[in-house]
Amino acid sequence: MVAPEARKLRLWQGRIETEVEIAGNGPALIYWHGPWGLNPDRGFVARLAGTHTVYAPRHPGTTPGDPEAVHALEGWLDLLVYYGELLDRLRLDEPAVFVGHSFGGLVAAELAAMAPKSAKKLVLIDPVGLWRDADPVRNWMVLSEAERRPSLFADPKSDAAQQFFAVPADANERLDVLTQFVWSQACTGKFVWPLPDRGLKRRIHRIAAPTLIVWGEADRIAAPVYAEEFAKRIAGAKIERIGKAGHLPHLERPEAVTKAVSEFLVS
Amino acid sequence: MKVCMFHLMPYRDLPADFERRYKSAFIDPVWFDVADSEKVGQYYNWTLDELLHAAKVGFHGLCTNQHHQNVYGFMANPSLMGAVLAKATNGQNIAIIQLGSTLPSTTPPTRIAEEYAMLDCISGGRLVAGFPTGLPTDAVISNAVVPIEQRERYREALALVTKAWSAREIFAWNGKHYQMGMVNLWPRPIQQPHPPIWIPGSGISATAEYVVGLDHCFCHLSYYGAKNATTVTDRYWELAASKGRDDNPYRLSFLQLIGVADSDAEAEDIYGPHAEYFFHKLLYTPPYYQQIPGCLEYPALRQALTHNPRAEVKLGELKAKDLYERGFVMVGSARTVREQLMEYVKRLRVGHLLSLLHFGSMPTELCKRNIDLFAREVLPHLSPIWDDKYEDRWWPQKLRAKRPAAAEMAVAS
Repeated sequence: MVAPEARKLRLWQGRIETEVEIAGNGPALIYWHGPWGLNPDRGFVARLAGTHTVYAPRHPGTTPGDPEAVHALEGWLDLLVYYGELLDRLRLDEPAVFVGHSFGGLVAAELAAMAPKSAKKLVLIDPVGLWRDADPVRNWMVLSEAERRPSLFADPKSDAAQQFFAVPADANERLDVLTQFVWSQACTGKFVWPLPDRGLKRRIHRIAAPTLIVWGEADRIAAPVYAEEFAKRIAGAKIERIGKAGHLPHLERPEAVTKAVSEFLVS
Repeated sequence: MKVCMFHLMPYRDLPADFERRYKSAFIDPVWFDVADSEKVGQYYNWTLDELLHAAKVGFHGLCTNQHHQNVYGFMANPSLMGAVLAKATNGQNIAIIQLGSTLPSTTPPTRIAEEYAMLDCISGGRLVAGFPTGLPTDAVISNAVVPIEQRERYREALALVTKAWSAREIFAWNGKHYQMGMVNLWPRPIQQPHPPIWIPGSGISATAEYVVGLDHCFCHLSYYGAKNATTVTDRYWELAASKGRDDNPYRLSFLQLIGVADSDAEAEDIYGPHAEYFFHKLLYTPPYYQQIPGCLEYPALRQALTHNPRAEVKLGELKAKDLYERGFVMVGSARTVREQLMEYVKRLRVGHLLSLLHFGSMPTELCKRNIDLFAREVLPHLSPIWDDKYEDRWWPQKLRAKRPAAAEMAVAS
């Protein structure tokens, strides 16, 4: 596997430096990571890179070396316009496939609603962004040690779960990994605290791209019932449920998720 | 030095199995399962009575504070308590110390500027304006402040409040978090340009630097006692010196749990259950509620992660004897408490001692006895410390005149 290119972009009047990892060949695909940073998703991004040129930007503030960049954005509108600027800067020849997980799924959905022609296809993996009083989305930033694994993974003892929470033995590496893990939640949480409803429901009807909604059947952060909440608001959306997977099905069942996404993208 | 009475206003009658029923003293306990509104009405009244009793017997200041959704202390709006105290102590030589309203969770923060100005007017210029950033459970969970914005909101709000207090002209505030078209506060505080400002913090962090930078008073509100505070206070004084500030002890306020009785043995005996109640039930809070991503700014986060894993003290396993031995709670005869306090106050260079003379499940009679013994036999010995060399610039101007020692003793007795 060829190591991804890490392209640095300076955006937003020079106030935000972000790293976009670029890998693979083929049509353009933008991947927006979830609240825990891009690092845990790299394996999945590599799979997507088998058929597409994947551009995976780090959310503002989560690029190592520029943690304060998050303060350059003041709200939800800023974040969306910022991503509009980032897409412009990538200078893609044609509309790209938008893929996002969790918080990143919400960003992808908003962008596809804001600029419907910018997305060729849309894939949302356990996205947040809608709200049901009967099934409140669990606050992933306030989980005890004991709750964390079973809240995120169907099988808390799985290799995927072990790897996700692994901490390096080396003190410096450990510090970097833990900082990245906490700070990524802080930076993404800025835009969805105290609960992830920024009004997508008022805008979601504008999504025009063919859409696939992927959901871990054992998602204990955003219950699987949210798949219908998204699907019924997006014309023609398809749902693919992933068994034996929680909120991070692309880590827990990467083959199954990749297969579903690939089939959808070639269809 | 100044000796003040601090009160948390906790729930005093928690069930014995409370800490087994709930994972946390904050956020989780369901009101109707645990609490009783009639009792709580009684607690608020007792709290006010206890504070006013301290005023009557010679304390220098009365401290209130703001917390939410917990059993540990729930003066949800300290200005309400402060208003009662201000009115009831008019004419007395006592500061009303609001320690205080939480700026980041009050929108617009000029509301706090108004409340504090009201308190300063009602009290005739005896207000000390305390501005905590708020515990994560308070600001971020109970009041939904965005974690990563808590501190920047705080700093902006404090700048807005201080400007609103003293501006001679109507102004517009176009900030990052607050926008106000026409600010012209009514009322303004008697103390101009602003009442003394105290800022609490639990350790030496960006907050302490900020406080020193603005030349305000830093309040180290630790529950681990003077015995364990030297690291923090030493660093504070180093920080102050490095920023060109003098060594005036009144730059520092410090909180201590204290229980006085007729003898050491009696004190250890009667305060034991309340000390255990405080540390076992009221401080029972899991780290995931106080370490929410974003509540620490990036440099502080790296620092915290570097110093981990620190030896976590398992409070639930400590018996009263351990709490005394470790210095978390200072109990004993007046002589014992006096000797310890005089030593530590000097060692730490504390200008304002915030004595927590009510803690845990302590009944009101015992609290008042504690206040009486302390006021009569400890306080008069502490008062003269520092007074010969330093002026308390962080105290209401009209209360700064030195109390005659004899009068002090007379009031206390």
